[in-house]
Amino acid sequence: MAMKFEKKEEGKYMLDVCGYVCPHPQIYCKKSLEKMAEGDVLEMIFDNPSSAETIIQMLDQVGHELVEKKQEGGKIIFVIKKG
Amino acid sequence: MEMEAVNTSEKKNKFWAFAITGILIVISLLYYRENIFYMYLITYIWFGFAYGMMLQYGRFCFASASRDLFAAGVPRMAVGILVALVFFSFIQATLSSTNMSTFHPAPFGPHTLIAGLIFGVGMVLAGGCASGSLYKIGEGNGTSFLAAFFGLSIGQAIFVDLGGIFNSLLPKSWIASSALKEIPAPSAVPPEKITSWFDVYLSGYIWDLPSVQLSATKTMSEALPGAWKYFIADSLITAIIPAVALLFVIYAVYIRKGFIKKRVKEKGGAATGIGDELAGIWKMITASKRTTLMGVLIGITAGLHIFVMKGMRIKFEADNFGKLLTKMGHTADVAVNGTVFDPGYWYITSQEAQLGGWILQKLGWEMRDNIFFGVNNGLPDPWRNPALWMSLGIVFGAMVMARLSNEFKFKLPKGELIAWGLMGGLLMGIGSRPALGCNIGAFFIRVAGGDPSGWLYGLGMVTGAFIGVKFFNWWSERKMAKEMEAF
Repeated sequence: MAMKFEKKEEGKYMLDVCGYVCPHPQIYCKKSLEKMAEGDVLEMIFDNPSSAETIIQMLDQVGHELVEKKQEGGKIIFVIKKG
Repeated sequence: MEMEAVNTSEKKNKFWAFAITGILIVISLLYYRENIFYMYLITYIWFGFAYGMMLQYGRFCFASASRDLFAAGVPRMAVGILVALVFFSFIQATLSSTNMSTFHPAPFGPHTLIAGLIFGVGMVLAGGCASGSLYKIGEGNGTSFLAAFFGLSIGQAIFVDLGGIFNSLLPKSWIASSALKEIPAPSAVPPEKITSWFDVYLSGYIWDLPSVQLSATKTMSEALPGAWKYFIADSLITAIIPAVALLFVIYAVYIRKGFIKKRVKEKGGAATGIGDELAGIWKMITASKRTTLMGVLIGITAGLHIFVMKGMRIKFEADNFGKLLTKMGHTADVAVNGTVFDPGYWYITSQEAQLGGWILQKLGWEMRDNIFFGVNNGLPDPWRNPALWMSLGIVFGAMVMARLSNEFKFKLPKGELIAWGLMGGLLMGIGSRPALGCNIGAFFIRVAGGDPSGWLYGLGMVTGAFIGVKFFNWWSERKMAKEMEAF
């Protein structure tokens, strides 16, 4: 099974971890953000509701901004700006 | 068009939420109509259902407690569990003081730590603890199903029935001690039931160990008169003080630095004091309101569950559901001493092993020739297994809650997740049986009941989770590096 981490354009990244269960989405989110520069934006797509609660708190603690949060069917999309 | 599809999906989810609840109500009524003794089993169904709803809403998973702390520095679940523990232990003490508790401490020994460690690695690999895997099945998570069915059910049943070469690896002292307990039928342990390595482990090692409940120790019962021993020894000393101390440690290690930095910035560089520290602790506790709130509710519900089960036992004059099954004529369901697995409180894993044992028995594997199924827990048909109904209640309660929040989604396990689910489930099964419980039965219930061995299991779980996280960190780093080759 593959996760996708792509650079869409300068300063814009996409992480798709649909199908993955805990703890993979939160670990991949953390690692993706570590590889980005301050101010870069990450669009993260996942479908494991339990990971959302952890990711929201992780972003708040570290100082990243959750710019947008939406749900499409069973998929959750977070747009995160690295702080 | 897209909006229409979303509305249809929401309607479908709501329909299923009501349909599942309706079916469970009809099942409960049918059992009640069949025999009033089934009220006992119905109680398990609905407490399971309530646990399932709360676990799903609070994203309440014991695996997440230590795993997310180590992997992401997020303490929300550790906080939730410790809060639940504080409330549950207080209710437990109240029940013990009024002789309304069904709690019993477990044999204390190093096996608890080792089992906890194996379980801890397993729960990280599987993506959920024993109770967490059940609520995630309710969310449509196929990996959790693999872990619970093949690991916890089938794997655990095989684990307790293994003999042959495994018996030759056992210490001589266990074999000698076990032989002393081979008392012919119809007494407690007929010799023909000591066949597997686990039988010798139980009868030659576990049964020789002392059980500790702090309120029952000589020092505490002499120092604390009447009901005080339950509130001070079992609740305050064993559960509440360590839980509060752990909250402070988690705050100091994971939250304090970042919080105080923000606070100083907000105050324009002013010095911080005790008020800021308390604000930081409060922020940590309320950071995930849904998890903390569910911690409070789960703690209270787990206490209420014990109270209701004790009430049922008094009403039906039976300390085990096996006696009621026997009265109803289902003698094949019970073990040789007339009992089935009936914990009297929130518990996972033994009932999953029973399901696995029942399936294997149907396939021709003799499963009643051991102590676990043959002497203690029986192999009831799944539809008459009270604790298994509690587990099904958790799955369906979580499914209803996930449907109501439009979070239900079938996710078939693919690729590496199949391996992690199977391995994790198996390790959880191997890690729960020797300790006679899992994250619920061996940690949560025991600590709240004044049994310090619960903390030993907890320490093992946390250490195991640390190892599991280290492995996943390495694994995901490797995958990320491959992905990043492209840019």
